[in-house]
Amino acid sequence: MSFLEVKHLDVFYGDVQVIFDLSMHVDEGEVVSIIGGNGAGKSTLLKALSGLVPPRSGEILFQGRALHRAPPEEIVEEGIVHVPEGRRLFSLMSVKDNLIVGAYNRRADAVKDRTLGEVYELFPRLKEREAQMALTLSGGEQQMVAIGRGLMAKPRLLMLDEPSLGLAPILVKSIFDTLKKIAQAGTTVLLVEQDVKHSLSLSHRGYVLEHGRIVLEGPAADLLNDPHVKTAYLGL
Amino acid sequence: MLFLIEDAINGILMGSIYGLTALGLTVIFGVLKVINFAHGSLLMVSMYAAYWTVALTGWHPYLALVIVAPAMFVFGYYLQDIVIKPIFKAEQDVREPITVIIVTTGVWYILDNLTLLLFGPQYRTLQDNPLRGRMLEIGQMLISVPKLWGFAAAVLTASGLYLFFQKTRLGRAVRATSLDRQAASLMGINQYKVYNIAFGIGTATAGIAAVTLVPFYNVFPTVGVLFDIKGFIIVVLGGLGSIGGALLGGIIIGLIESVGPQFMTATWTEAIVYGLFLLVLFVKPSGLFGVRYDW
Ligand SMILES: Nc1ncnc2c1ncn2[C@@H]1O[C@H](COP(=O)(O)OP(=O)(O)OP(=O)(O)O)[C@@H](O)[C@H]1O
Ligand SMILES: [Mg+2]
Repeated sequence: MSFLEVKHLDVFYGDVQVIFDLSMHVDEGEVVSIIGGNGAGKSTLLKALSGLVPPRSGEILFQGRALHRAPPEEIVEEGIVHVPEGRRLFSLMSVKDNLIVGAYNRRADAVKDRTLGEVYELFPRLKEREAQMALTLSGGEQQMVAIGRGLMAKPRLLMLDEPSLGLAPILVKSIFDTLKKIAQAGTTVLLVEQDVKHSLSLSHRGYVLEHGRIVLEGPAADLLNDPHVKTAYLGL
Repeated sequence: MLFLIEDAINGILMGSIYGLTALGLTVIFGVLKVINFAHGSLLMVSMYAAYWTVALTGWHPYLALVIVAPAMFVFGYYLQDIVIKPIFKAEQDVREPITVIIVTTGVWYILDNLTLLLFGPQYRTLQDNPLRGRMLEIGQMLISVPKLWGFAAAVLTASGLYLFFQKTRLGRAVRATSLDRQAASLMGINQYKVYNIAFGIGTATAGIAAVTLVPFYNVFPTVGVLFDIKGFIIVVLGGLGSIGGALLGGIIIGLIESVGPQFMTATWTEAIVYGLFLLVLFVKPSGLFGVRYDW
């Protein structure tokens, strides 16, 4: 039994099916990448896992628990934490309040002061800016808050949707360095990225998603050398 | 000149009570993005609750607070949970669900007519009420005592709400939900429970307002309508969703109403109130104290 086990997942928006019979798994301690082009269904898959878009059929098992019918707040309580695409910060709240809201679930609330210290250690910049409104931060700083807010929830499985989106190359590198640190500290990570090179070099394994179906999977090193991945995603 | 100061003081006091009646409206709008057209009716129901509590127990009018505020919280909580939430769920992707507004209008009609049916159209005033007509004499000025207490209640309630939203775990969750309900649910916040709580809080503040009003204001089935219209003007003036704005908006209206008649006929003061309302809508739609980036 894997840490996260997804079986035959079908996800719809109204009548439109976006994810087709998708099965995948993540083992404890792994970093797994999901790569795919625009509209492939990567964000939808994460939304199904976090309960925002409940799947029509299929199963989601996390540490043996069935979560495919659970509401988002229950899934967070179980330890699956979703850092959404586009950061989605609470714009009119301070950096610190954004982080503290991240620790809303009961498990995280009990240790939130300690976690806040750890997040500030990881992102010293956020400590300097803690009183500033999230709205007024730069893109890179906003992404730090988004990741920090995810960490505040004490994730057992951290799911990140395109954390490098829209950032300057130097910031992309620093975000990936941070993710590496987070993974090395023992958090299991499921990473959705368009920056295939960076994300696969950080990952143990990867899945390639096209039109809502997994077309390729395997160890990250193999995917990096796969001819299809090379032409379609690495531009080689 | 002394008259003017006296009028201004009484206007500020009454205005703060208007602000208190509008606080719930602004809280509910801030979180649910819905104008609650039933708010005046909830104030009316609260006034009847306060009236009957005092009439039946013979308590001091302000003691009714310990019953009315919690009872109205529960009433608002379940009104949202049972009547409004299903419609919200049906319109999940809409930012300002219009059908919810229609439902609150329905609630307004039902509550007003039910009250008419149960208690009749007559005006009711508390008998043997130690506060009615009580005046504080400062030099030659007369200040209404129940309005002074109303002012204190308004300031305390607004400060309490402000601290609740800024400093508590639940208050932060309510704020987060009001800014991005989907992101809030990713933080483990149950958005529908937050809506229930916000509605409960908004209704409880109507309960506080009612307790301060009943000692000097008549109770009748359509009393809410008067405060409803003022309430809408106040929250637009002050900025929808702004707690301090509601208080200040109320005080502005109270001042215009009390000082205005010194210089013009009372109908003109109403024209000024509406004129100011329109002016703010044109010039600064987010209200005098609202935040521009969002509601
Ligand atoms: N709320 C929605 N309602 C209807 N269709 C949607 C909705 N959100 C996404 N879709 C559709 O579902 C498909 C998959 O979208 P999704 O956002 O999951 O793709 P993605 O792989 O994350 O793409 P990107 O890399 O651009 O973020 C797209 O065709 C999109 O148009
Ligand atoms: Mg996406």
